[in-house]
Amino acid sequence: MARVTLRKVVKRYDETLAVRGIDLDILDKEFVVLVGPSGCGKSTTLRMIAGLEDITDGEIIIDGETVNDVPPKDRDIAMVFQNYALYPHMTVYENMSFGLRLRRAPKEEIRTRVQDAAAILGIGELLERKPKQLSGGQRQRVAMGRAIVRDPKVFLFDEPLSNLDAKLRVQMRTEIKRVHQKVRTTTIYVTHDQIEAMTLADRVVVMNGGVIEQVGTPDELYHAPATRFVAEFIGSPAMNLVPCHLVETSSGLGLHLDDNLVLPVPADRIRRYQPYAGKSLLFGLRPEYMVERRVHTGPHQFDFEVLLEVIEPMGMDTFVHFLVNGMDVCARVNASAGARAGQRFTLCADLDHLHLIEHDSGKVL
Amino acid sequence: MRSTTEARAQASPPVRRRAARLPAFASRKSTIALGMTLPLILIIGVLVLYPAGYAFYLALLSKSMDRFVGLANFDFLFRRETFWMVVKQSVIFAVSAVLFKALIGFLVAHCVHNVPARGQRKWRGMLLVPWVIPPAMSTLAWLWLFDPSYSAFNWLIQHAGGEGVPWLGDPYWARFAVILVNVWVGAPFFMIMYLAALKSVPEQLYEAAAIDGANWWQKLWYVTLPMMRNIIAITALFSLIVTFANFDIVRVLTNGGPVDQTHVFATWAFKLGIEGNDIPLGACVSLFMVPILAIAAIFILRDINRRGTEA
Ligand SMILES: Nc1ncnc2c1ncn2[C@@H]1O[C@H](COP(=O)(O)OP(=O)(O)OP(=O)(O)O)[C@@H](O)[C@H]1O
Ligand SMILES: [Mg+2]
Repeated sequence: MARVTLRKVVKRYDETLAVRGIDLDILDKEFVVLVGPSGCGKSTTLRMIAGLEDITDGEIIIDGETVNDVPPKDRDIAMVFQNYALYPHMTVYENMSFGLRLRRAPKEEIRTRVQDAAAILGIGELLERKPKQLSGGQRQRVAMGRAIVRDPKVFLFDEPLSNLDAKLRVQMRTEIKRVHQKVRTTTIYVTHDQIEAMTLADRVVVMNGGVIEQVGTPDELYHAPATRFVAEFIGSPAMNLVPCHLVETSSGLGLHLDDNLVLPVPADRIRRYQPYAGKSLLFGLRPEYMVERRVHTGPHQFDFEVLLEVIEPMGMDTFVHFLVNGMDVCARVNASAGARAGQRFTLCADLDHLHLIEHDSGKVL
Repeated sequence: MRSTTEARAQASPPVRRRAARLPAFASRKSTIALGMTLPLILIIGVLVLYPAGYAFYLALLSKSMDRFVGLANFDFLFRRETFWMVVKQSVIFAVSAVLFKALIGFLVAHCVHNVPARGQRKWRGMLLVPWVIPPAMSTLAWLWLFDPSYSAFNWLIQHAGGEGVPWLGDPYWARFAVILVNVWVGAPFFMIMYLAALKSVPEQLYEAAAIDGANWWQKLWYVTLPMMRNIIAITALFSLIVTFANFDIVRVLTNGGPVDQTHVFATWAFKLGIEGNDIPLGACVSLFMVPILAIAAIFILRDINRRGTEA
């Protein structure tokens, strides 16, 4: 149980700057997920917290203590690795109890703690097996068990599910969440899968190129991304982004997407966008805010007609693709709306959810 | 059409069955396996079994090889004090040499493993030198180093104020010398085997152990050694066999002296059989290596088999 604080943490490998000054404050009992594309420095950050990598600059504080020079064994953390890193010559029981045995815990206590952890994870039957005799999912559980048994201050996970098949991954995701709700240990979890990040996290940290793009609850990241990167990274299918001009119209401001599509800016946003009038910007809107025409419910809905190019039925909904100003745009319509490729179709956009992004800085305005 | 073939099949079952039997026999898994291992079996037969059997046959003959004397040669050996000394010396020589080779090989492998990748090749190459030059040749160099009056060792000792050591003249020092040279020649083999084994231990196991709270020594004891156990056992067995049967180093360095004190099985067998013109007795001596090595092999290989299913 502990707070973890990172202050201006930098990691440099010979020439590459893997992490370029990260500030992060993780609260007690919190489940924080670091997410980002491959090579953005997530693992490096996690390994610095674990003590497996030296810190080039900055400060890492666990439970009030600066741990920059504390070796991993004295940091009281537990880590679950992508390929589990179970000791192949030890049984499951020996694997799980290894940390306690090194700390010379009493035998009885070791036994009860291993059995409790095994019960939480449902691996009580496997304690006498060797890792080789386990399936991927079982190994994953044992690796988590090894972490739980120790009852450390912090759990660290580095892409623990990426070696599992899709179905098991979803199952283990729930499992991890369940375990965290039970043991309530501060958890830092690394993944490149934004769905995993959204479903697991109390707060998500989006990283890119060695820096933090945004920290927030899954809801905040989804509805109020701070940068173009976050807007594109979070959500599946991704947010539609189309270049536009912010123009003054008789009724206020308009978004000129192409010659036959000008969207009105909702009145409550006019003041916010006014300084950017006349500029060339990026217009962003998630697919689910463009649907078939329904009975209008909100004030800022806008109907427009498009020529559908590709239809992707998903069962409950159908993704329809069309071109705006040469850019592929996706909308999410009801399966019963009868959308067909090559057809002209009227869509209704909910402009309450639009985002405008500055080209150069990538900032969401 | 169909009925006629059926009828014919029923009419002549024995012919069909016999025709089918040969290919079936040939395509049985065990037959194929036998066929594929046959060349190896032949080679072993010609190069191992035949000479072994022949040695056994020779051991039963009289000195002039014209009479069959049964076990008289063995009986004669058992009552010779020198024989028991050779047994003792061979065991001391092989066990201590293998022990030190393993220890030094392990230490050096660890050091090389921790050298940054760029310099590692160079070190590996240099450290292998003692193993790749023919031992008869390098032993000659050692022979000069050990020379009592003109050699480097005694020169150094004398300049440091000590007294020269009769390296090859005193039985204890001579034993020490042959073991030292054997370790020098054989340690690189252990080093390279252990280095390969060290490299095959996944780095993440050490990281997991570090996080579990293991210090340097505990990582070595609980991770490195268990992961290397099979390699250690195989290498030790292999080296035990080779060291036990060593000939060249002892032959060149001491030729068994002083007073037969440094003889091992192979050199003593050579002395009796070839130099002493009693081939049956020499064969008899060399046969004694077999049961001793067989016992060692059984123990080591059984241990490996038992753990064979792990990782
Ligand atoms: N030992 C190392 N030596 C040199 N560069 C390294 C080393 N480890 C990582 N890097 C570099 O640091 C950057 C960040 O690596 P890191 O492993 O943290 O990425 P990641 O976000 O975990 O990516 P992934 O999702 O692929 O695991 C990468 O550019 C990588 O090439
Ligand atoms: Mg990684």
